[in-house]
Amino acid sequence: MIAYIIRRLILAILTIWAITVLSFVIIQLPPGDYVTSYIASMSASGIGVTEAEAQALRIQYGLDQPIYVQYLKWMGMIAQGRFGMAIEWGRPVMDVIGDRLTLTIVISVAAIVFTWALALPIGIYSAVRRYSIGDYIATLIGFIGLAIPGFMLALIVMYVGFKYFNASIGGLFSAEMADAPWNWAKFVDLLKHLPVVAIVLGIGGTAQMIRIMRSNLLDELRKPYVMTARARGLSEARVIMKYPVRVALNPFISTLGYLFPYVVSGSIIVSMVLSLPTVGPLLLKALIAQDLFLAGTIVLMLGVMTVVGTFISDLLLMWIDPRIRFEKQ
Amino acid sequence: MQSEQKPLLSVRNLKTYFFQDEGTVKAVDGATFDVYPGKTLGIVGESGCGKSVTAQSILRIVDQPGRIVDGEIVLRGADGNDVELTRLHPDSREMRDIRGTEIGLVFQEPMTSFSPVHTVGNQIVEAIRLHCGVNEREARIKAVETLRQVGIPKPERRIDEYAFELSGGLRQRAMIAVALSCNPRLLIADEPTTALDVTTQAQILDLLRQLQEQRGMAIMLITHNLGVIAEMADDVVVMYLGRVVEQGPVDAIFHSPQHPYTRALLRSIPSIESTPRVELPTISGSIPHPYNRPSGCPFYPRCPEFIPGTCDQAEPALRAVSEQQSVSCFLYQSQVSQGQGTKPSEGMA
Repeated sequence: MIAYIIRRLILAILTIWAITVLSFVIIQLPPGDYVTSYIASMSASGIGVTEAEAQALRIQYGLDQPIYVQYLKWMGMIAQGRFGMAIEWGRPVMDVIGDRLTLTIVISVAAIVFTWALALPIGIYSAVRRYSIGDYIATLIGFIGLAIPGFMLALIVMYVGFKYFNASIGGLFSAEMADAPWNWAKFVDLLKHLPVVAIVLGIGGTAQMIRIMRSNLLDELRKPYVMTARARGLSEARVIMKYPVRVALNPFISTLGYLFPYVVSGSIIVSMVLSLPTVGPLLLKALIAQDLFLAGTIVLMLGVMTVVGTFISDLLLMWIDPRIRFEKQ
Repeated sequence: MQSEQKPLLSVRNLKTYFFQDEGTVKAVDGATFDVYPGKTLGIVGESGCGKSVTAQSILRIVDQPGRIVDGEIVLRGADGNDVELTRLHPDSREMRDIRGTEIGLVFQEPMTSFSPVHTVGNQIVEAIRLHCGVNEREARIKAVETLRQVGIPKPERRIDEYAFELSGGLRQRAMIAVALSCNPRLLIADEPTTALDVTTQAQILDLLRQLQEQRGMAIMLITHNLGVIAEMADDVVVMYLGRVVEQGPVDAIFHSPQHPYTRALLRSIPSIESTPRVELPTISGSIPHPYNRPSGCPFYPRCPEFIPGTCDQAEPALRAVSEQQSVSCFLYQSQVSQGQGTKPSEGMA
């Protein structure tokens, strides 16, 4: 078992290294660099940039060196816990990401909790009462939820909220709280704004999860161990919750790893519509501006979170599923 | 049959149908038989003849969209009172108490009959705690004891293992232990040895016989294997397409089979005395598709003694041909005239 964990850990580290290379290469792929897009935006506003100035900028940010040198320098900085400057913002990357990352995690966790809390019971109901009216209704609503794009739902919710409830839905904080330092009032303010955001972000995933849970559970309900559990005289509810549901949850736990980055990247447009202070819109802007260090750091962080999440879900699976635990001995 | 003793379980005209979009599958279509205390009833038939659904109907655990549409299942309780199982709600307290404490079930596939994520002990202790009203510790002691009784070595260690850690034979023993943990008076064994190799098969059958002697319980043994029936059963019920075609004591069935289907089944067993290099007789044709049952006697399309105009017109009823043996076939019914016997008879013998 220890060997299994160590093997997983080594694999995780190798994967993270591969992610750093890939994210660096991908960000470098578009023609030009930050200076090119800086010159473009400057000349768009009527200010010319001379060749000498451009060259000075390139040297200042190390953009004149070969790619592998740039990569090694970047890696060297990260190894020291520095993530470089967000060129466009003129501030260290960590300053720019800082709060946004925390808020992103809070929002994502809320969306995932909402998704699971809704999807698992409905999925279980749909499977156990297959082809009942309730199942058809859940399926219909599920497909509608799946078909509506998140940003569309966000717009509708904002419109309805504004028109009928005279409430501004956008953002995570009330206007007066946005720049306030963290305290209890600000936290409560966040809690008030969170549900709508979580629902808008989670609704598409919920529909998907209902379908997955339904089909997983239908597979398990057919297995003989369910019938033998019934033959022991257990109540129907206990039979279902203790045996097939438990087994059907395994795939959910194994997807835990990439759920978080999925929510973050899937929520970029919604975040912009609802003007949420998360990393999604920041990443988009950084990519457009070819802001190497900022974009690289965000992609790297998402990658690391995926790997860490997968590692955690591997451990969880090992804990709840003895078949995995014993296979690896 | 054994008229001196009352049957423990009486099944009368049981009909369990599966209602599907494509049509109705009559998995069990008028099965009638008795199980006597301390005796073994063998139920034999090809795959798809409704043996397993009969067992599930008795326990009231037929899966959707299956439903018992007619018939009676009467269990004589330990206190002498009869319980009509078809009248109970499948998830009612009373029905759930009958499962486990009165009737135990052993399945064909011991691997998939255990939950893959719970220990064997967890599943035995659960049954004991549910029915015997004891605490966790006492239930565990009883579970170890039951595992020992079914011949599992080092039961205090095995109890914490998972089904996939046990060998096939031990797994089936553990399954029997689960079924027997609350001392049922009837054990339904649905193809208990089919998934096991031959030597293990013999051990499991020995174990069942030995447990039957110790506990005096009745066994309803479902199998397609006539060899197992010959070895284990006191009485035999032969089923074809959800109906009982013949029943009687094991000697009568093997030595003077009456129904053409029973005869054909027995002919198709390889024997050590048969002439070498002669093709083994088989039953011609195959089982009709469940949505496409023949009218009249379900066996007539494959029957060598098919009487045109009779067998394809009406369904024969189960009739006594001797004191202990009954057959549902027009060959043995004097009035073969039209429409006779569409209604299955009430009693046999």
